Amino acid sequence: MARILELILNGRRRVDAVPDNLLLLDYLREIVGLTGTKTGCDGGECGACTVLVDDVPRLSCLTLAASVQGHRVDTVESLGHDGTLSAVQRGFHEKLGSQCGYCTPGYIMASVGLLRRNPHPSDDEIREGLGSNICRCTGYVKIIEAVKYAAELQSAGVAP
Amino acid sequence: MNEIAPTHTIGAYVPMVDGPEKVSGRAKYTADILQPGLLAGRIFRSPYSHAEILDVDVSAAQKLPGVIAVVTGADCDKTFGVLPIARTEHPLARDRVRYRGEPVAAVAAIDDATAREALRRIRMTVRELPAYYDAKEALSPEAVALHAHKPGNLERDVFFELGNVEAGFAEADLVREGTYNCAEVCQNQMEMHAAIAEYDAVRDRMAVHASTQVPYYVHLMLARVLDMDMSRIRVIKPHVGGGFGCRTETLNVELIAALLARKARSSVRIMTTREETFITHRGRPETDIRLKIGLRRDGRITAVECECDQRGGAHSGYGVVTILYAGSMLYAIYDLHHVKYIGRRALTNTPPCGAFRGHGTVNIRFAFESLLDQMAQEIGLDPIAVRRANYLNAPTFTDNDLMVNSYGLPECVDWVERASHWRARKGRLPKGKGLGFACSHYISGASKPVNWTGEPHATVKLKLDFDGSIVLLTGAAEIGQGSSTVLVQTVAEVLGLDLARVRIVTGDSDVVPKDNGSYSSRVTFMVGNAAIEAAQNLKRVLVAAAARKLEATPDDVECLGELYRAGAQDKGLTFDEVVIEALKDTGTITVTGNYSTIPESHGGKKYRGAAIGGTMGYSYSAQVVEVSVDEETGVITVDKVWVAHDCGKALNRLTVEGQVQGSVWMGMGQAMSEEAGYHDGLMLMANMLDYRVPTIQDSPPIEVGIVESNDPHGPFGAKEAGEGSLAAFLPALTNAIADAIGIRFNDLPVTPDRVFEAIEKRQRARRHGTKGNSA
Repeated sequence: MARILELILNGRRRVDAVPDNLLLLDYLREIVGLTGTKTGCDGGECGACTVLVDDVPRLSCLTLAASVQGHRVDTVESLGHDGTLSAVQRGFHEKLGSQCGYCTPGYIMASVGLLRRNPHPSDDEIREGLGSNICRCTGYVKIIEAVKYAAELQSAGVAP
Repeated sequence: MNEIAPTHTIGAYVPMVDGPEKVSGRAKYTADILQPGLLAGRIFRSPYSHAEILDVDVSAAQKLPGVIAVVTGADCDKTFGVLPIARTEHPLARDRVRYRGEPVAAVAAIDDATAREALRRIRMTVRELPAYYDAKEALSPEAVALHAHKPGNLERDVFFELGNVEAGFAEADLVREGTYNCAEVCQNQMEMHAAIAEYDAVRDRMAVHASTQVPYYVHLMLARVLDMDMSRIRVIKPHVGGGFGCRTETLNVELIAALLARKARSSVRIMTTREETFITHRGRPETDIRLKIGLRRDGRITAVECECDQRGGAHSGYGVVTILYAGSMLYAIYDLHHVKYIGRRALTNTPPCGAFRGHGTVNIRFAFESLLDQMAQEIGLDPIAVRRANYLNAPTFTDNDLMVNSYGLPECVDWVERASHWRARKGRLPKGKGLGFACSHYISGASKPVNWTGEPHATVKLKLDFDGSIVLLTGAAEIGQGSSTVLVQTVAEVLGLDLARVRIVTGDSDVVPKDNGSYSSRVTFMVGNAAIEAAQNLKRVLVAAAARKLEATPDDVECLGELYRAGAQDKGLTFDEVVIEALKDTGTITVTGNYSTIPESHGGKKYRGAAIGGTMGYSYSAQVVEVSVDEETGVITVDKVWVAHDCGKALNRLTVEGQVQGSVWMGMGQAMSEEAGYHDGLMLMANMLDYRVPTIQDSPPIEVGIVESNDPHGPFGAKEAGEGSLAAFLPALTNAIADAIGIRFNDLPVTPDRVFEAIEKRQRARRHGTKGNSA
């Protein structure tokens, strides 16, 4: 069965007909064409598909598209302002929090969610906030540096 | 005007040139390349470990509405494989299946649900054969051969004795022997394998997008299995989500996608699951090692004897090379003279292993540095002093003819000793805490490529046109390691230009020159040198044009990047003016740079396969690991790692640090938690919860010291940075655990249950040994 899904996706109202059993991940990637959100595992293991639902990080591979009816969904494509990178994006780029880049959109959205809850996280709070994501390239050292740098940029008002 | 100076980025912290795409979600990986009408491909895999195929009935699948094409082994009788001497695999099994999960058939359908349903309708009839999940079982005389041409399931045995091992042991004050077991591990890169094949039936052409480290080898193997002229094939490598060696050879996924696309006369996308990615495998083989070392009281190693057994899996892949590396790379780190090596690679009914980061060297290094640490303790020497007693006197050639030029190991050792406050802290930490030390090394590209064609090792093209932008064309596969960034830096550096002047195009066989690919840490060294030569050739053209315009001789023209002038008083020409002048003769300018290794680096002929291990430059690494051991639970926490890596010259300090940290951490996963286990050939742990990669909460701070030994042949003096630091973590960890609790772990991974069991065992022994003392 299909239903009409209406949501606020990356700040814009959007209406689609979606099957009841469609995952939010597949809705974003295959129907809307927002392929920034990645598939990294067979379900709920890696965090690569993390998006924000009403500002809270959520695994889109474990979320039915139909369940976000009427909610706000933000993907990595929502970030940046006037074509420039957001603070978290700058952090991951400039501090090399991203190598192959595949886990990066998930990390970035989890970090955006973290910094909205806690604008000045400690190292341990970053570890906890990003604990459900896996990166296979960096060893995480520079991911922690990236998030701290992003927090600095935000609090200094340098980047949103 | 005189303030204009060339721009330099070599040696700086430079973010990746493709970073903005990655952090914005715009970077396209294979599965992201969507197009209308793309068919969904799915693979039917063998549920048997070892069986003769009697029939594969796909008639019911074919009849399912929405199924466009079905392929089986009957559609392709060609084999593939990276080594010309060991091409034993068919894209889809024919006659026989040799591991659980081996592809047997595949379907292309209008959507994924239909493709999955079609798989459920495929019937396979077999006669089961005995299966071997253990190297020793597979090698037993009565075992059934997996491959007819490999009786006894011995894929490759290696033997050499250089020097006189018996005489060497006789000179030693202490001789010790240890046995070691390292579990099989998987790359588990974040992007699951995917391929899109587009067949153009009108022109009989094939284009394949593949998540690969080696587009050129994929091109060769597509031509082979499709029986198509190479000129009709195009291989595109989009962004790749990591490789770590599992994509260093052509995988069945891209070949099956192409077979399906041709049969469907359409375009097919295969996105494998995480479980399928695990089963496609090409990880590091389970390895059993027996190692014997002779040591003099002054710390000098007098002899080494090493026996190494690898469980290779059902097909060769890189296996022959892996078992050779394990022997040859005993050398080139310490000054060894009496060495015996016996290597055996078995064929087993498990998924094929391959060239995991640190290819062939890691498990041997674990054994070597563990035993050396144990012996240093026994003989009463500091572990660092023992390494110092065995340094090479570089430049030199090792007994197995490996050419060693730059040798920064001593500086690496000094750096970690200082940074970790080794002397002040070793042996003085509180109970349950320990410090461990170890070294490792790796090659900067295999000096002899696996597919010898007589061409240069690397070729780079630069194109300069009316717009004044330089386009760098290279086949070097950017897989996240930063190759595109370092090549852009290299070209910009030679020309003194800002990075923004140089754009890079990679990964499309229609456009870029052939490259062997991203493996054996070859790109910075080989493609980097080719890029330098290309940029120098371009500079010569520009200087000649400037000289003409300035009415000077080329020798008098000074290149300041954005300004070319003849003499300090000359107001000179802007870069754009020089470009206009240069284009007058030839129109669009293209120049080439090549690189080839020198024969001295090709290894020797003292035993069969002795070329393996030969390289232009070895990287070196030293590590100190600090751990805390909870004796109540067996949980080990790595508190801190200090690592120094000799990369010759850090072309980009940011990416060197990132590569070194990533290597150390990947070593930590292998050492502490990662393990591919099987039950009757079924891969257990084929998901990211059970295959335990360390999380951010398990992972320590890793402080990196960069040592620059300035290799005489390296680009700007550089050597590899992405693999050499992995191996040292493993023994540094177990040495630290031994320091903390006095128990040595020779089997990996050192999981909490193993630690707990060992502590319990010791307590039982103590209670038994000290009667009446127990509560």
